[in-house]
Amino acid sequence: MTQATVQATDLMLGISDLNVYYGESHILRNVDLNVPFGQMVCLIGRNGVGKTTLLKTIMGLLSPRTGNIVLGDQPDGMASPRSITKLTPDRRAKLGIGYVPQGREIIPRVSVKDNLLLGLEAKPEGRKGNESIPEEIFELFPVLKTMLSRMGGDLSGGQQQQLAIARALMGKPRLLVLDEPTEGIQPSIILEIEAAVKRIIAATGISVLLVEQHLHFVRQADKYYAMQKGGIVASGSTKELSREVIQRFLAV
Amino acid sequence: MSTLLEGLFNGISIGSVLLIAALGLAIIFGLMGVINLAHGELIMLGAYSTFVVQNIFKLFGDPWFDFYIIVAIPVAFVVSAAVGIILERGAIRFLYGRPLETLLATWGVSLILQQFVRSVSWLLVISLGIFCLLFFGGMQLVKSRTDWQRVKTKAIALLLPLGAAIAIAFYFLLSKNSALSTPWFSSRNVDVTAPAWLRGGTDALGFQIPYARLFIIGLTLLCLLGVYWFLQRSTWGLKIRSVTQNRTMSSCLGIPTAKVDALTFALGSGLAGIAGCAVSLLGSVGPNTGQNYIIDTFMVVVVGGVGNLLGAILAAMGIGILSYLIGSGTLALVLTNLKAPQSLLDFFFFFASSSMAKVMVFALIIIFLQIKPAGLFPQKGRTAEL
Repeated sequence: MTQATVQATDLMLGISDLNVYYGESHILRNVDLNVPFGQMVCLIGRNGVGKTTLLKTIMGLLSPRTGNIVLGDQPDGMASPRSITKLTPDRRAKLGIGYVPQGREIIPRVSVKDNLLLGLEAKPEGRKGNESIPEEIFELFPVLKTMLSRMGGDLSGGQQQQLAIARALMGKPRLLVLDEPTEGIQPSIILEIEAAVKRIIAATGISVLLVEQHLHFVRQADKYYAMQKGGIVASGSTKELSREVIQRFLAV
Repeated sequence: MSTLLEGLFNGISIGSVLLIAALGLAIIFGLMGVINLAHGELIMLGAYSTFVVQNIFKLFGDPWFDFYIIVAIPVAFVVSAAVGIILERGAIRFLYGRPLETLLATWGVSLILQQFVRSVSWLLVISLGIFCLLFFGGMQLVKSRTDWQRVKTKAIALLLPLGAAIAIAFYFLLSKNSALSTPWFSSRNVDVTAPAWLRGGTDALGFQIPYARLFIIGLTLLCLLGVYWFLQRSTWGLKIRSVTQNRTMSSCLGIPTAKVDALTFALGSGLAGIAGCAVSLLGSVGPNTGQNYIIDTFMVVVVGGVGNLLGAILAAMGIGILSYLIGSGTLALVLTNLKAPQSLLDFFFFFASSSMAKVMVFALIIIFLQIKPAGLFPQKGRTAEL
């Protein structure tokens, strides 16, 4: 699928002409990116090309100098997409963006259970205080069930990564934003996380925007965008992801 | 045995005053990391609120007057919390992550608050009201325009001097009117009369236990339980803990961090108000009351280990008991009975007054912090940062 065939109403997330600066240094240059409903889009590129900056801008942690970010308003995609460029991160989360940042960012001195419950804050009505953790979460990540009373900061990297994804899912997001979920994690856990993400997509029809270096995981996506020096330099279906493109844009 | 119990009780009693005063700071400094030098003035405002409530209840006559303290506690909480919210929204939120500027700003606020209670009169309140009406009302009107962002600075530049000028003109125009311009409290100290059931004491354990002291110990316990429950069990408590530990991620989870900051600050300030209510029972209240407590409260929080309630409890009790044992000369007396060498006795008798005891306690704290710089309970585990 090329960009031209994507109808505006099919968009979960649309980014147009985005320019982001850190002080005076120009980081993102005229970035255009679309995530269609129910699809998994993967963003690839070597270190330092601006992938994480792009995701942070989507979450509202950085504000763009120019450009627009729109979010599909209704799950069925019929309503006109609304601009979220000016909203604070917490408002964006409440509109249905679940964020799994690089480095996991687990709340360290809060129990695993409370970390999961904090994910409920992203629901439009917030957390009531009497909810419990749904079984699906433990089906996806069985390891969490045995650690509910442990402090979040005491878990290992792989466990924290699973907790971060589970926490994002608690708020029932419509778009899941994953920043290098396999970074620094042992191969068997990578497969587990990969399988979990695939099951989530199959079960909920969620849209996913993924930043990834791990080739096997990249191949699971429907569509890829490749970044270089702060701009998008290639895009297309991952089926067409040739050896040459991988050589150029993935640090292998 | 009786001497020991008496020392323990008096120590706990001093400690509980320290603790109730430090509890709010343990939240503001310990959890948010904000150095709030105006904390003492928030205590002072709580004490003055108690004074005002007492005067209102005096009008009702005798059976009601006995219960004014029950009303004064929530009133003091609300008054201090409201001032705390104004302080946070108006000044501190622009200074998060800049401790030096926060320190200076809150020190300035503490001076403003001290002078405010000295000179507050109906005229001053009305003038401030006029200024707020003109400035914030005008800003609201401008905000409803579509090109709000563009005219924002112009609007402030126009409305701020205009509102201030009208309010100041009004103030000087009516300042001849003595009924309006008489200060409410003036700079003299005021006295809060304890209700009848808090006066006097009991000799049950062989020494004098004033009821007011027992009341403060009870109040401290109640506040501790309340704070513990709120932080550990309530949904807002979880949000507060989450925001204080990882602000950016918390906002990405959908937690409105600005609201949580304001609430946390309001809670800490409100607790300072309750502390003010408690200290008003111990002696007269003046504009400088807060200054007497601010150093002690910071000591408690620092010795306890920042961000740790249990540490604050132990530190307050430790400092309280130590200052009583040294200051009252109990330690010196015990040593005399033990036939300690004369030089040691002279040393402890030298420190046997409440102000000299403070010198010794502070010296001990300095030594303690050399050994454990992060306090009694430093953060542990994988996530501990130094």
